[in-house]
Amino acid sequence: MLIRRRTFLKTASLAAASLWLPRFLQAHARPGALPVRGKALVVVQLSGGNDGLNTVVPVRNDVYYRERPRIAIKAADALRLTEEAALHPALKGLKGLYDSGDLAILHNVGYPNPDRSHFRSMDIWHSASPAHEYWHTGWIGRYLDAQCSPQPCLAPAIELGDAVGLALKGQQRKGIALREPAELRAATRSAYFAEYAATGAAHAPAETPIGYLYKTMTDAIASADYIFEKSQVRPSTANYPDTPLGRQFKTVASLLLSDADTVVYYLSLGSFDTHINQPAQHQRLLGQLDAALAAFAADLKANGRWNDTLVMTFSEFGRRVGQNASGGTDHGTANQMFFLGGALRRQGLLNTLPNLTDLDQGDLKFDTDFRQVYATVLERWLEVKHPPILGQAFRLLDFI
Amino acid sequence: MHDSLAQRRLQHLFWRAGFGPASSEWPAWLRRPEEVWWPMLRRLSAQDPGELFVTDDVVRGLFMGVGEFARVEELTPEERRERRAQSRDLLQGLNLLWLEEMTLTPAQLREKVALFWHGHFASRNLNIVFQQDLLHVIRTHALGNFGDLLRAVSKSAAMLAFLNNQQNRKAKPNENFAREVMELFTLGRGHYTEADIKEAARAFTGWGFNAKGEFVFRQNQHDRGVKTVLGHTGRFDGDDVLDILLEQRQTARFIARKMYRFFVNDERVPEERVLGLADRFYDSGYDISLLLDDIFTAEWFYDTENMGNQIKSPVMLWVGLRRALPMTLDDPEAQLLLQRALGQVLFHPPNVAGWPGGRTWIDATTLMLRLRLPHILAAGDAIDLSAADDDDIAMGQGRASRLRRRLTAELHWEPLFEAFARTPDDDLLPALARYLWQTPASDDRLAVVRKHLNATSREQLLQTAALQLMATPEYQLC
Repeated sequence: MLIRRRTFLKTASLAAASLWLPRFLQAHARPGALPVRGKALVVVQLSGGNDGLNTVVPVRNDVYYRERPRIAIKAADALRLTEEAALHPALKGLKGLYDSGDLAILHNVGYPNPDRSHFRSMDIWHSASPAHEYWHTGWIGRYLDAQCSPQPCLAPAIELGDAVGLALKGQQRKGIALREPAELRAATRSAYFAEYAATGAAHAPAETPIGYLYKTMTDAIASADYIFEKSQVRPSTANYPDTPLGRQFKTVASLLLSDADTVVYYLSLGSFDTHINQPAQHQRLLGQLDAALAAFAADLKANGRWNDTLVMTFSEFGRRVGQNASGGTDHGTANQMFFLGGALRRQGLLNTLPNLTDLDQGDLKFDTDFRQVYATVLERWLEVKHPPILGQAFRLLDFI
Repeated sequence: MHDSLAQRRLQHLFWRAGFGPASSEWPAWLRRPEEVWWPMLRRLSAQDPGELFVTDDVVRGLFMGVGEFARVEELTPEERRERRAQSRDLLQGLNLLWLEEMTLTPAQLREKVALFWHGHFASRNLNIVFQQDLLHVIRTHALGNFGDLLRAVSKSAAMLAFLNNQQNRKAKPNENFAREVMELFTLGRGHYTEADIKEAARAFTGWGFNAKGEFVFRQNQHDRGVKTVLGHTGRFDGDDVLDILLEQRQTARFIARKMYRFFVNDERVPEERVLGLADRFYDSGYDISLLLDDIFTAEWFYDTENMGNQIKSPVMLWVGLRRALPMTLDDPEAQLLLQRALGQVLFHPPNVAGWPGGRTWIDATTLMLRLRLPHILAAGDAIDLSAADDDDIAMGQGRASRLRRRLTAELHWEPLFEAFARTPDDDLLPALARYLWQTPASDDRLAVVRKHLNATSREQLLQTAALQLMATPEYQLC
């Protein structure tokens, strides 16, 4: 049985904090209520443009084998899902999760007028803007804006890494980036900063730039403290692969098991930009992804949190159908997304495999807009209305 | 002792029309009357800039064709990768060279305005030669005529390549270039139609560049037909379209508004004031220096709401810090990592719209790094980042290895000592605060700083006071 220690811990952490935190900070340290307490969204960004066709292999498709004589995954090696589809051999853990009904795969996700530049297409996925517009906020950031105003939330979104990406940046609220909770705390824990931040309350109206700086500073200190304490309460004891992604998933699991109020976790793996000698690099990266996801799923299942967790993978684009002359693939368009969790309403393959004969100049056509996925996640998982966050209404999907 | 309001005004001018007051020149500037400040800043930027270059002719030759089009097919994949890596290294060199120029040059105004145009004409490009040429175009025309600048940028290989105009051909127009020229360089959204873009794209067909990065007009790719752009009809080419865009008063308004936001206030923009600036800018035939005169000599430039209210960009913060506290960095390349961690890498704007600026610079992570920066520097601590390598440049070859650079430097405190030589110990903290902060110092904040000073010697006192004052939210503003 899951121990509900949240109330106790909140009291305990504030008591510990009050040993050195000034009063103003404590006021900020009180977590705000998000509508989805207990549920978490874990986004895994596959940076560089993952080759979707070699991830979920169309093993019965002649076009696939004709276009990729050097790099196609042999049907005999791939992990069979259906008559037509099989997973890359490195994805053994995902095969297990597919068999146990914990995995859903959505093919042909993209957007109109696809851009083949990494940073531009990633920008589009992060901001959820139409391809011809430049937005300065991200879809998760706007979710935070909507949920964490006027009352603040404590560490509602965490990016595991060096910097907060556009996805987690709202107009008023932004996620926080960390590599290790302890490292983040060491960076913020200073008597000077704490005392200094406390002077902010007296002078700085929140709507001014100086007020914004003080607010961000106090939030950073309080969040760092909160995340560190949470990470120590019930640290995961499961075995995770000794890779950066594996360690990051272990940190996420520790926070989830400790009932942290964080709703969104954001992780990245790369580089999937396999222009040259793709097979070895792709195998290595998919192997890392697979091992980390499998460990995470097993850990959360064993601890009763898998049903409250939704993992979603995406990449800024897929790759072209045909291989190139260097044993790799070049930038393409539509791609698949993976969804994992214990509460999926539909599992397995959610739609048809990519059509390899109906192409747009050698590239796959999309049939599902990625913003439909975001809309579905926002409505059905995070329980908020999506049009204010995405700027327009999208048709929802039914798998969550 | 000088009058502290006058000092604040002078510093305001230096922060907005440059990269902040340099401690070494400060005592001399403080003695000058207000009426000479702006003319002197202008005069110091009057000469043509020398080109900042990291490539000699041999390297230039090597890189002609490293771009996505010319001759690239003749290279083996290994050669291509090698070129790319070399180009990236040289681009980093150019980045550091420009930072150095911003820090040291007396032509503060020109480099500051060039930084504005670098964000306005944002371009990412793998080719070092193209980037270097574009920077030179921007620095040459920074204070000149906007029409000249627009034409030169539009004909640069960096921009033509970045916005895909090399693929804009009669039979198959590519609208990217035409769209961005209207949306981001001249008119702004809402002042043209999709039909204008389609027609303008036809006019730009045939604009391209050769393997040397020189502009070429490929006649046989050009659509000679009649086009209608913004109500004008004719057999237009690209030059004609740029002329039509410059003829629109909206272009002057768009530029004047953007400059006002960059140089004066990025949150409160009085519409009447901007329209007034735009009218004079337009009537002058787009004289950038005249627009800058109008901005920097206006009394409203010094209004309370315009002073100490702008969040410094990472480049502003870092260059300004180096001007206040000169230093010799043991590893100058650590500055590249710093730019990345703070969210602004020169030559790597987030997209063609440039850096949005203002509050977007600040999140919990970047702010804490900004606040820790003076201490990191004083302690010689390392900043380390995973090399979340830029796929557009690394082409997937960069492993996600951790980059670790020590931000160690020999700090040259002498100019600051000298500038405050006659300030008594008791007054040193408020005097330093007046120099380092553009917002008035409140007593309770100074009391916190005072608590954390080391007063065992005059040197310690000044050093710890300066470092603590820079480790504050106030120092993020100018």
